[in-house]
Amino acid sequence: MQLVIISGKGGTGKTTIAASFAYLSENSIKCDCDVDASNLHIVLGGEDIKSEAYIGAKVAHVDGDKCTLCRACEDMCRYDAIKDGVVDELKCEGCAACTVVCDYDAIKMKDEVTGDTIITKTSKGILSRAQMIVGAEGSGKLVTDVRKNALSYGSKDDMYILDGTPGVGCAVMASVTGCDIALIIVEPSQSGLNDFKRVLSVVEFFEIKPLVCINKYDINEEVTKDISAYCEAKNIDLIGKIPFDTTVEKSINELKPIVLYENSMAAKEIKNIWKKLNDYTK
Amino acid sequence: MQIAVLSGKGGTGKTTVSTNLAKLINVRYIDCDVEEPNGFIFLKPQDIKSKEVSIPVPYVDEDKCIHCKKCVDICQFNALVHTDRVILFEKLCHGCGACRAVCPTMAIVEKDRPIGKIETGYSDDMECLSGTLNVTEPMAGPIISKLKGMIDDKTTIIDCSPGSSCNVVKPLLGVDYAILVTEPTEFGLHDLKIAVELVRKMKIPFGVIINRMSQEDNATSKYCKDDNINIIGTIPFDRDIAVMYSKGELLIKDEKYKKMFTDIMSNIEEAIGCSL
Repeated sequence: MQLVIISGKGGTGKTTIAASFAYLSENSIKCDCDVDASNLHIVLGGEDIKSEAYIGAKVAHVDGDKCTLCRACEDMCRYDAIKDGVVDELKCEGCAACTVVCDYDAIKMKDEVTGDTIITKTSKGILSRAQMIVGAEGSGKLVTDVRKNALSYGSKDDMYILDGTPGVGCAVMASVTGCDIALIIVEPSQSGLNDFKRVLSVVEFFEIKPLVCINKYDINEEVTKDISAYCEAKNIDLIGKIPFDTTVEKSINELKPIVLYENSMAAKEIKNIWKKLNDYTK
Repeated sequence: MQIAVLSGKGGTGKTTVSTNLAKLINVRYIDCDVEEPNGFIFLKPQDIKSKEVSIPVPYVDEDKCIHCKKCVDICQFNALVHTDRVILFEKLCHGCGACRAVCPTMAIVEKDRPIGKIETGYSDDMECLSGTLNVTEPMAGPIISKLKGMIDDKTTIIDCSPGSSCNVVKPLLGVDYAILVTEPTEFGLHDLKIAVELVRKMKIPFGVIINRMSQEDNATSKYCKDDNINIIGTIPFDRDIAVMYSKGELLIKDEKYKKMFTDIMSNIEEAIGCSL
């Protein structure tokens, strides 16, 4: 069973909820798909037991000795990545079109390390994650690798909890494909509702069961009603409404999952959501 | 003059900062967070004109194809495969043109495939641009590049996507100053460091805005001080702000927040050494 937690927009509480689930579940395997800015390991702690360089892209390299500055590569490159025989690595997409048009065999594609994949052993089981090199290409492929690593630590019957990525693009698609359930966290705001509808389309496209939870639902009860009505109309189960709770900020700064704060209203609701989720995973 | 607003992490307040600042000084706003563009919700531009964004994808002319498979071999994105003919997986295609360039018989022509749209409109007399990636399309890059190409040297505030990948690098190319929005939490600090690394790598001068500030003494402020990073403003942790945001309202409608953004703006002007 693979459960992915997504949100469309960032900062809606994905990691807070994923970290709580990690604590509440007994034998789950954790996976942080937010390779741009992974945060789950900050809360879960633990020790890195494996780290591997990940080659996620190729970059063109120009051999200055062979280059005649004919600029055929410049004309070919659709990403404006070569000027005067020099490649701007931040712009290069690694497509190799430049190598095709170079008559002097001056350009070679070289593998580029775009990050590290890491396995962390936490007190609550294995966490698979990655650290992408800033500004790197191809975060989607890296997400796929992080998920593969997680799967290698368990069997098909295990519970996998995936902390997803924000947005609807390549990294998100890599996070959700093949998952069984997508828990979508929605914030009750005009933009939150917008983002929710977009990310829901992605979930529906991949035919994954969507479940919805509204975070900070009492910030704007009117939009909360709109979201509830929208879910009802689309026959999507709304399985929780988490209240605005300042303990959440405290828990992040104390690096403890919110569910460890007994009196927290948010924690109580997250525990309820976890219970309900388990009914779907049976 | 181009000013970019970014953050390692999502949900830190990039759109809040960029829409309010742009409206305050009445300059062009562009929303480069094409996966989840939200700027127009706050700026409410009128007379919106929409234009489709496409990328060129290959189309193989069967009559000319000699099945040499050179196009399949050159494609770095595995978008082309050869069975009894060449098949394109269009969503993997980056539209780079390598296959066409390598084809010895000129059997490949290119056709435009839409992946999203760009909208332009006016909020009063302020120009607003926004890109939207079609849902289930993986590649945001071409829309961001196209949006950036629509900017001239008039002052522009660029709202970036979250993270630190290629989708953030694209809007940052050619930017004069970057505003890094963060939160005073451990998560925020972790991601701020990533954003700082990115702008330093790209040699863009920058300042930090700490959003949802509840106490002066926090790890993020300390990091900025220790690392000589200019804190150009703070936004309080305030339920009123969350409520205004949730309704899709600009904070500068309220005098006290207007003052806050005016102060931030003068700090930015001081940092870049000119008035905007």
